[in-house]
Amino acid sequence: MANSNLLEIKDLKTSFLTERGLVTAVDGVSFSIKPGETLGVVGESGCGKSVTAASIMRLLNKDSTIYEGEIIYKGKNLLKLSEKEMREIRGNEISIIFQDAMTSLNPVYTIGDQIAESLMIHRKLNKRQAYEEAIEMLRMTGIPAPEKRVHEYPHELSGGMRQRAMIAMALSCRPSLLIADEPTTALDVTIQAQILDLINDLKEELNMSVMMITHDLGVVAEVCTRVVVMYLGQVIEETDVESLFDQPLHPYTKGLLECIPQLEDDRSKRLFTIKGIVPSLDNVPKGCRFAQRCPYVDEQCMSESPDLKEVSQGHKVRCWNYDKISS
Amino acid sequence: MKAYIVTRILSLIPVLLVVAIVAFFLIHLTPGDPAAVMLGSQATPEEVEQLREQLGLNLPLYEQFANWFFGLLQGDFGWSIYYNRPVLTVFLEHLGPTLSLAVLAQAISMVLAIPMGISAARKRGTKIDQIFMALVMLGMAIPSFLMGLFLMQLFALKLKLFPVAGYEPLSSGLWNHLKFMILPATALGIIQTAIIARMTRSSMLDVLSANFIKTAYAKGVKEKIIVYKHALRNAAIPILTVLGQEFGTLIAGAVVTETVFNLPGIGQLVIHAIEKRDYAVIQGTILLAALSYLLVNLIVDLLYGIVDPRVRFGRK
Repeated sequence: MANSNLLEIKDLKTSFLTERGLVTAVDGVSFSIKPGETLGVVGESGCGKSVTAASIMRLLNKDSTIYEGEIIYKGKNLLKLSEKEMREIRGNEISIIFQDAMTSLNPVYTIGDQIAESLMIHRKLNKRQAYEEAIEMLRMTGIPAPEKRVHEYPHELSGGMRQRAMIAMALSCRPSLLIADEPTTALDVTIQAQILDLINDLKEELNMSVMMITHDLGVVAEVCTRVVVMYLGQVIEETDVESLFDQPLHPYTKGLLECIPQLEDDRSKRLFTIKGIVPSLDNVPKGCRFAQRCPYVDEQCMSESPDLKEVSQGHKVRCWNYDKISS
Repeated sequence: MKAYIVTRILSLIPVLLVVAIVAFFLIHLTPGDPAAVMLGSQATPEEVEQLREQLGLNLPLYEQFANWFFGLLQGDFGWSIYYNRPVLTVFLEHLGPTLSLAVLAQAISMVLAIPMGISAARKRGTKIDQIFMALVMLGMAIPSFLMGLFLMQLFALKLKLFPVAGYEPLSSGLWNHLKFMILPATALGIIQTAIIARMTRSSMLDVLSANFIKTAYAKGVKEKIIVYKHALRNAAIPILTVLGQEFGTLIAGAVVTETVFNLPGIGQLVIHAIEKRDYAVIQGTILLAALSYLLVNLIVDLLYGIVDPRVRFGRK
């Protein structure tokens, strides 16, 4: 079983040393990604989805971050690798693209330089070969006139182009896993769809897995096969994309789905919102972390924290009362 | 590019005009009479009056200004009554020590400050950062004359490694020249180091938390390369600005350090000129120092474009 997973996260706990003490941003997260699948990781701001991604790449500040648990990639625990071994994974085996391509590209180097850099590090190409490959990558991501664009600086490209350049950079060494951390959030809607299609196409073409981090359930519906829903540093539901939309089990997931406006809705009705706000990480509730905001809360929820239970094939939920409220 | 440089040079003219007017009137409105100073206390009022006439000091101020100004337009900075030579010649004679001091001090400070600022930023909040920043505060707090005297005491008097003071031009041999310059350049360089290291640290701190630094890590780039290639070039503009300002100030004459080490530079020239009420030299030096300051800044502005493609012209 374990061998069929490209990446397996087991009980990951990521904590930061801060002036106010130890803050645990990711608390006991487990999930896995199979070769060739697109896994969605969903949750609102501060739920730990980006920290989980950064933990996989070990991109968080070395001095103030404590990782516990295991992140098994192709049989190796990434959390145990040396810094040098980890560098050989980054940008080569696992790549990441960020939300804001404008600030994620270095403004003083041409995009060609930046794409070529990965190729020169990991594939030991010389500058000329790396540039040729960079042009190929730009062409693959649908940038017109790539041999001209390769010599341009980030500020000379449009937002969509920059994100394409980011994707070209991330995929230049043909990674097995692409982590896309809200890749479309900063783009306008028409460009969003194009970028999602591009990621999907390249996933097929390069035969890689994608971990799609988003707070947009529309994105999930579009590209994901399986979904992990996170809340306050924990996974609260994991399922395939069909049952996420048809039979969500966790009250939080239900709430998220209800927040989406429907075309046939009564326009005079107020849009549904989940009441309350996410508690802060240094003040985590004792029982179920969602209890304070949950409409179905009872005694047990306030005092005991539920485990993530597999309730049917491939469908896991962290809730005491999922069976009573599933109607 | 050429058009840009030409416009920038033309834009120096109004600035220099204002400097010329201010320098002229400031000096002529301060009390003290060059003729009286030159002739000494035994001179009779008649003799003084005669010399004033000779020097043109009896003319109305605006006429004196017009004479000086038309001279300037023809490249004539006036005549030094004390040195009895053209002002420009006197200025150029004194430029050597000052320029040499400025270049050496700047070199010393860059070599020390930039690596110091970078490692303080990388190790933010640690002992190394705290020690460096404490040294920086100390360096900024010590006046240059004190630093000069201290170095002189230690390296010239106690250890006898360098001469105490004085000057030999570069033409008398590199080492002969350097042995007089090392102590004053170090005294100035340490103070400059403090200023530049602080700027390097804060500029690097900004850049190191930028998203593109995270991107570079995510590509598998080594930390050293990230710091020196990806971050430093982005942090360079504020550092260059300070470097330019400091260099400009140095060229205008490090008066105190030149006095302590008895270097015949621009600073000394100005002091003597003021003592002797040598109007033409004071005015000319102020103007030429302002011009060098502006030219250094122009060069810095041109360097911005090389370092950062976003400030290349044609685009705002």
